[in-house]
Amino acid sequence: MEAFINMVLLTMMAASVVALVRMRNLFAVVILFSVYSFLMASVLVVLDAPDVAMTEAAVGSGVSTVLFLAALYLTKTEEAQPRHSPLLPMFVAVVVGAALVYGTYDMPPFGAADTPVNTHVGAQYPGRTPAEIDIPNVVSAVLASYRGFDTLGEVLVVFTAAIGVLLLLRRNKRRPGDASEEAGPDRAGMED
Amino acid sequence: MNGLVSSILEHYNQWVTIFLMVAGLYVVVARGNMVKKLVGLSVFQTSVYLLYISPGKILGGTAPILIDDPNAVYSNPLPHVLILTAIVVGLATIALGLGLVVRINEVYGTVEEDEIFERSDDE
Repeated sequence: MEAFINMVLLTMMAASVVALVRMRNLFAVVILFSVYSFLMASVLVVLDAPDVAMTEAAVGSGVSTVLFLAALYLTKTEEAQPRHSPLLPMFVAVVVGAALVYGTYDMPPFGAADTPVNTHVGAQYPGRTPAEIDIPNVVSAVLASYRGFDTLGEVLVVFTAAIGVLLLLRRNKRRPGDASEEAGPDRAGMED
Repeated sequence: MNGLVSSILEHYNQWVTIFLMVAGLYVVVARGNMVKKLVGLSVFQTSVYLLYISPGKILGGTAPILIDDPNAVYSNPLPHVLILTAIVVGLATIALGLGLVVRINEVYGTVEEDEIFERSDDE
């Protein structure tokens, strides 16, 4: 049953991406991307990853959408007609996809317990957590303790990105009569 | 025929992951609008979430939150942790990319790649 729900949700995701690629109205594209992210969060719940699902629902379909809408407010919402033929990118995408699909025939089947991924270090964490960390949520234990340096690195990346956005969107005061001055408060809101 | 059905059941997650990945790649390469490119990049990033989380799922298992049942089977928690990090890093990438797009729009008055190339050729 869970495999069936999983397949239905994945099909819906693929359909929303097809619509997203074809659309030219960027507002519709951003809203569709939000829908897509929410479908992804649902798939993650089915795949036993509630922590990731919550983060994806909040960050992917929430904060990302707000950032995209803010950027659309400051730019244009209609995509221009393409001047180049999409045949070459299409060819590249199809070839890459075919090569990857060929590769999946050597991958272990979905949902099996005896795959290399599920028999090494990841599988040991649920057994070790009660004795060593003593909290019920294994994902939190791994995130904050066993792989705490990963989280430190993540904080560093977010900090760097925040500095980058601040520097990019800083108002340039040297130029007198800059027409974009009024957009200041909106741009200042982007760095959250 | 039976072999086809079972290979669809076994590899459907991987195939959808690949489809999302190449769709994202196609949008990044083929489309000139920079906001659209960033949406494509996001689709590519989210496909990686599926790539990591799908192999960690064990059919009949439960989320890796410990319960009293000694026979409980837990799905693999390690990919979940890696993807939690990836989601936040993805947001940082998108924020920085959109910052660049807004800045480009201020200077060139457009976010279309072709028009930007034309204007920088004129100068």
